[in-house]
Amino acid sequence: MNAIATFALEKFYLTGFWRKHPKQALKPLTLEVPEGEIFGYLGPNGAGKTTTLRLLMGLVKPTAGSSKILNGTIEDPAIRAQIGFLPEQPYFYDYLTAVELLTYYAQLSGVPAGERQRRVASTLDRVGLAKDAVHTQLRKFSKGMLQRVGIAQAILHQPKLVFLDEPMSGLDPIGRREVRDLIASLKDEGKTVFFSTHILSDAEALCDRVAIVANGELRGVGAVAEMTSSLGGNMEVVWEGEGANEAIKALGRELRVAGAITRSVVPESMLNQVLDILRAKNARIISVTPVRATLEDYFLQKLAQTSGGAD
Amino acid sequence: MRIGYIAANTFREAVRDRVLYNLIVFAFLMIGASLVLGQITIGVERELLVNLGLAAIAFFGVLIAIFIGIGLVSKEIDKRTVYTVLTRPVQRWQFILGKYFGLVGTLAVNTFFMGCGLFLALLYMTHKFERADIYVLIAIFFVFLQMVIVTSFTMLFSSFSTPIESAVMAFCFFVIGSFSTDLHSLSASAKGIVKVFATIAAYVVPNISALNVSTAVAHGEAVAGATVALNLGYALLYSGAMVAAAALIFQRRNMK
Repeated sequence: MNAIATFALEKFYLTGFWRKHPKQALKPLTLEVPEGEIFGYLGPNGAGKTTTLRLLMGLVKPTAGSSKILNGTIEDPAIRAQIGFLPEQPYFYDYLTAVELLTYYAQLSGVPAGERQRRVASTLDRVGLAKDAVHTQLRKFSKGMLQRVGIAQAILHQPKLVFLDEPMSGLDPIGRREVRDLIASLKDEGKTVFFSTHILSDAEALCDRVAIVANGELRGVGAVAEMTSSLGGNMEVVWEGEGANEAIKALGRELRVAGAITRSVVPESMLNQVLDILRAKNARIISVTPVRATLEDYFLQKLAQTSGGAD
Repeated sequence: MRIGYIAANTFREAVRDRVLYNLIVFAFLMIGASLVLGQITIGVERELLVNLGLAAIAFFGVLIAIFIGIGLVSKEIDKRTVYTVLTRPVQRWQFILGKYFGLVGTLAVNTFFMGCGLFLALLYMTHKFERADIYVLIAIFFVFLQMVIVTSFTMLFSSFSTPIESAVMAFCFFVIGSFSTDLHSLSASAKGIVKVFATIAAYVVPNISALNVSTAVAHGEAVAGATVALNLGYALLYSGAMVAAAALIFQRRNMK
């Protein structure tokens, strides 16, 4: 079953003083995310990621199209009870302490009264919020601590589906690692995670599948391995001996020379030709290593296609 | 139940706001000042104290209702705190009702304490309670009903405009409502388009003047039971309509 399905979901905003100028924030988006998947929604700033999340959360109404969440609609409170949401750069009631805030959200989410205190404590512990900070007012929290509180409120009521808008924002490297582990553990618990990010290494490390969006338009969707393999492979060749360098350069390849050692990255299709030259020039071949295309390569290629890239 | 949780959180927000305490301190200073003024006048000490005391409670109560009320909804949207509430099993109308009851609860507690201050001042001046003091109590209740109404239309404005626009509109509504008796007189005597506008305005703006019995009770005049019932019914109906309109607007609103 799909946890999320969108059907030509589209959003125009009216801009200008008289609100007469429509601006398309999201072009018709059709997307399916099966249950139990970690799904990355990638795009540069202003690509339409947050608009998509707000549409899915029912915070803004679509201009056209529709979406289904856990086979229902977001307007249904029973569906909303099963989802968690971390907004981008979250801001909370800063006159509350972390414990008070989470208790309030637990009440609103329908966590039974007898369970609230234990659930709040265990969730704050899970997101790594220091024990002496939980009774401090949120106005005294750093950005990273607020992000942890944000993640805590999204998972507090043990939702089936978690939406995270830029969850690593404001976190230091250790914090990012912890959040990555936490997202992976949510998947282990059978939950579906939909998260938006522009940090590609996070998506590559975590996601089963990703979608790439730019200028409000879906540019690609699929498994990370499928996407990167679609770019075709390159090979890194390392050799010793300068006699072959001019001939390799003549093939249009760049060389990096460090002392007697030379390196060059060549397309797989050109490998035999390069190796023949090296043998002919009596160069000593030290290594031939495949260079895997990264999600970043795919991402940049998709952004370069149509519309001239990121906005 | 969720309405209660939202109301409790709104109440907590208000009581942790310093602006509230500043206004309450000013209200007590006003009551204290009227006590001093009463002592330097001859024969009208009680009248002056009741009049000024009720005016202080009403003025500062309405200020609190407007200043906190304008941010009730718009601040939640601007700061995006509403995101993590509305994505839970909370209906938008429940959110509006919860916010409204939270502020009304805050105003009830404030009015209670300011009323206690006025009665302590009365006791200090007259050394006893009189039967006429019951009517002072009713006048304080009417002042609270004014705040209930002011909160409702402030919240309505807050559901579709910025805090500053809401404050201006709410203040205008309150001032016009304070002269609603004159507006009714105008609608009765005017003709043509003026009559149409005056009649519409007389029924749209709240009848705040009907809830102001300060001068009468200061003179020791009684307030009829029917007046209490009518004013209570009017306040509930008017504020109910305003809150329902706020909920309808909020239901359709896009969160930015």
